[in-house]
Amino acid sequence: MTAITLSGVKKRYLKNPVVHGVDVTIESGEFVVILGPSGCGKSTLLRMIAGLEDITEGTIAIGDTVVNKLEPRERGCAMVFQNYALYPHMSVAQNIGYALKVAGMPRAQRDAKVMSVAKSVGLDPYLTRKPGELSGGQRQRVAMARAMVREPKVFLFDEPFSNLDAKLRVAMRAEVRNLHRSLGVTSVFVTHDQTEAMTLADRLIIMNQGIVEQVGKPSEVYHRPASLFVADFIGSPAMNLIKGQFDAIGNFLHGRGGMLHLPGAASIAAGRDVTLGVRPEAVRRVEAGTRGAIAAVVDYIEELGAARLVYADTDGNRIVLVDERTDALGTGMPIHFTLGENDLHLFDNADGKRIEMRADHRVPSLLNA
Amino acid sequence: MERRAFYQNPVLPWLLLAPQLLLVLVFFYWPTSQALFWAFTLEQPWGGGNTWAGFNNFLYIFGDGRYWATVARSAFYAIAVSAISMCLALTLAMFVDRALKGTRMFQSVFVWPYAIAAPAAGVAFRFIFAPEAGLIGAVNEMWPGIWNPATNGFHALGMVIVCHAWLGIGYNFIFFLAALQMLPKSLSEAGAMDGARPYRRMLDIQLPLIAPTVFFLLIMNLISSFTDSFGLIDVMTEGGPINATEVMVYKLYVDGFKGLDYSGAAAQSIVLMLLVIALTFVQFRWVEKRVHYN
Amino acid sequence: MIERSPLFDFITYATMILGMFLVLVPFWITIVAGSQNLQEVSQVPLNLWPSGHLVENIQTAWTRSDLGPKMINSLIVAVGVTTGKIILAALSAFAIVFFNFRARMICFWLIFITLMLPLEVRIVPTYSIAANALLPFQTILDVFGITGLIETLSGVRIGLEWNLLNSYTGLILPLVATATGTFLYRQFFMTIPDELVEASKMDGSGPIRFFLDVLLPLSRTNMLALATIMFVSSWNQYLWPLLITTDRKNFGTVVMQLKALIPAQNGTPDWNVTMAGALIIMLPPLLVVALMQRWFVRGLISRDK
Repeated sequence: MTAITLSGVKKRYLKNPVVHGVDVTIESGEFVVILGPSGCGKSTLLRMIAGLEDITEGTIAIGDTVVNKLEPRERGCAMVFQNYALYPHMSVAQNIGYALKVAGMPRAQRDAKVMSVAKSVGLDPYLTRKPGELSGGQRQRVAMARAMVREPKVFLFDEPFSNLDAKLRVAMRAEVRNLHRSLGVTSVFVTHDQTEAMTLADRLIIMNQGIVEQVGKPSEVYHRPASLFVADFIGSPAMNLIKGQFDAIGNFLHGRGGMLHLPGAASIAAGRDVTLGVRPEAVRRVEAGTRGAIAAVVDYIEELGAARLVYADTDGNRIVLVDERTDALGTGMPIHFTLGENDLHLFDNADGKRIEMRADHRVPSLLNA
Repeated sequence: MERRAFYQNPVLPWLLLAPQLLLVLVFFYWPTSQALFWAFTLEQPWGGGNTWAGFNNFLYIFGDGRYWATVARSAFYAIAVSAISMCLALTLAMFVDRALKGTRMFQSVFVWPYAIAAPAAGVAFRFIFAPEAGLIGAVNEMWPGIWNPATNGFHALGMVIVCHAWLGIGYNFIFFLAALQMLPKSLSEAGAMDGARPYRRMLDIQLPLIAPTVFFLLIMNLISSFTDSFGLIDVMTEGGPINATEVMVYKLYVDGFKGLDYSGAAAQSIVLMLLVIALTFVQFRWVEKRVHYN
Repeated sequence: MIERSPLFDFITYATMILGMFLVLVPFWITIVAGSQNLQEVSQVPLNLWPSGHLVENIQTAWTRSDLGPKMINSLIVAVGVTTGKIILAALSAFAIVFFNFRARMICFWLIFITLMLPLEVRIVPTYSIAANALLPFQTILDVFGITGLIETLSGVRIGLEWNLLNSYTGLILPLVATATGTFLYRQFFMTIPDELVEASKMDGSGPIRFFLDVLLPLSRTNMLALATIMFVSSWNQYLWPLLITTDRKNFGTVVMQLKALIPAQNGTPDWNVTMAGALIIMLPPLLVVALMQRWFVRGLISRDK
């Protein structure tokens, strides 16, 4: 089994840094998803593991071997490319078997392997077709079969589903997950699609502008985002983020005279510019007059079917909440909500980092001052 | 877009390039630089010593009225050939582009002149235009002496130009048709929705959009009329009558290889090369501009 | 097209038929005159329908201009230039596009600039090299004093000499030494997606395997196009063979024979023989173009766009 260790990995293109120093260990047999917006350096990182990009600084080890100087073929990785990169002039069987042919495997053995892999992904009826005669999903399967046939130590996926339609994407997701479950091969998967990332990953690496923002299980990343970027990037609809300041006694001042009393935060955040975050599903709509209720005015409503998203204004700040009630509600109407005490996140505006509110500092109740 | 996937190898690329580079060096760069040297020296024909002549060779050819007459003739020849050939090819390409039934047959025939050797076409046209032979001869019988390229310089020049223009149809047609077919069909459809008839769409939509190709072909035609004219003229008129069809390449050949004035020919070569290089540069500038607004 | 317009359709067909007429007239006249006997071809006005003497005229032209060996020469030159160019161009374009080495762009421009000056324009200097193609190297040795050094050391004076006059190499090599093919291949190689290179790297193949297993099979269309272009242009060469072959009997090509076929000023006006000769001389490249049209048109276009 094979772990991948990245230590101090940096990448510069003509002096422009694109990856700023990544230290991560991917455990043996783990399925890790690198998630981030386009241009964040996630593909570059993957390609450095594959050996398709030089490593400017730092080391990458696959298993116990530092692979910095090794050719791609010597690293034992197989890769599934974004546009599949199938050889257009070779049949499906030839595409799958090409790596084995290059490695000098005898024909009979090769054919048998190609056949068994093709069967396992349901490609056996198409072995003689050319890539041009296949559907998008079938091409995707050829690309995966080509990676599987080599029995690699590591699977690398570079946004492999971005050319598929939504329905196929969900199906392929399940297949990749099953594949990983049955083979147990260490896998690194790059995507910008957070749903894909959350559903596939054992652990997520979230990157932004060449920096790793957070490494963690999907639930950790969701429930305890390490930075403003992660808080904003993960979750749909996005987390409510309200900029403001704490005064000495723990009042959070925001917008046009908005004020929330958070006594517990006083000692850690007093006088700092911070951002308060709360997920829309943690904002609970309540009747007027409920203790701690905050007033807001409805801007507009998005109907989702099972629930609705209410976009409202509270003291000049936008707040979004998931509302499961079905009463008539329209633009300009007043509503009230409370914030779940355990669902509040604090971030320092200066460095964007999470400010940890220790358990005993958590506010027992929230008062609208 | 820049490539990002490369191979690294200190030796292999040089091994791959070596044969081509060697040939280019021996048969292009060396002789071309030699020509520069000769153009500034006075040399005995084919060997012997040479003495420094400065710009004298150039001054000599520029002071020669016959040379200027050749330059003017070449310019006229180039413009006439390019204009006739391109107009014909463009017209044919535009109609072929409508892709009506049976167009394929026309399309393949229009390419044929591309395959024909200039001297071969020259022979055929010489017969067609021969004053005594069966085609023009019939006209000459009705109006004696109305056509005789063997004695009339204008007739001779006209004959060569027509033949050269015919030869260029194939090449021009291929490029025009390709350019037209690359235009998105939706543009023509939008034009139709706006109420433009097919003829108007040709003029208002297609023609302006293939302007870059028109320009590219214009330069290619001009260059080819400098270079490909040799075979035609040698077979049809040998530059005559009385130099009436002598263009730059032909004069260069006559002076250098018949008259053995090697230095003069070298100077003429340099002038011709500069001319062709200038035209190519104009084209590059244009292509670059095109790339920018794409 | 989108709407019906019978009038414009009529104009379209009329123009295309007129164009076909224009293009075909020289071919037709060549065939007509080539198939008539001396008396028929001398008629004024000419009968515009072929007669039955084509084979006999071709035979006369064939023996008169010694076309047999000349055809073989032309074929040797055309095939030689075509294969030479395809191989050299593929190799050099491969190096330029897929290898990252310092002098890459310099090499590209060194080769690319040769596109600018066709052989006809630099005919005088190129001819000067024909007497001794190794002269550049001799000069380099002389300039750096290596000749003298070796002479004093070993007593042997280096005299590099390679005369190209009257030889197939002389006919072929200068025509191979241009960038047309390299440029065509380069344009095509640039369209190969990076991922394909990377996939083959991941599959464990090095540059040479990639070249043989992936690039060559993919560039078959371009190779056919280049072959057509090169075959036509080298078969049709006129000025260069005229200069490099003083021994016409053994090294002349068919296109050079055309001029000799034209009736002399005061000789018998046997244009029928001339036209029959011209017909068979123009036939091979015409056949190649007609057969390869689909591929070669595509290739020619990708060259300059």
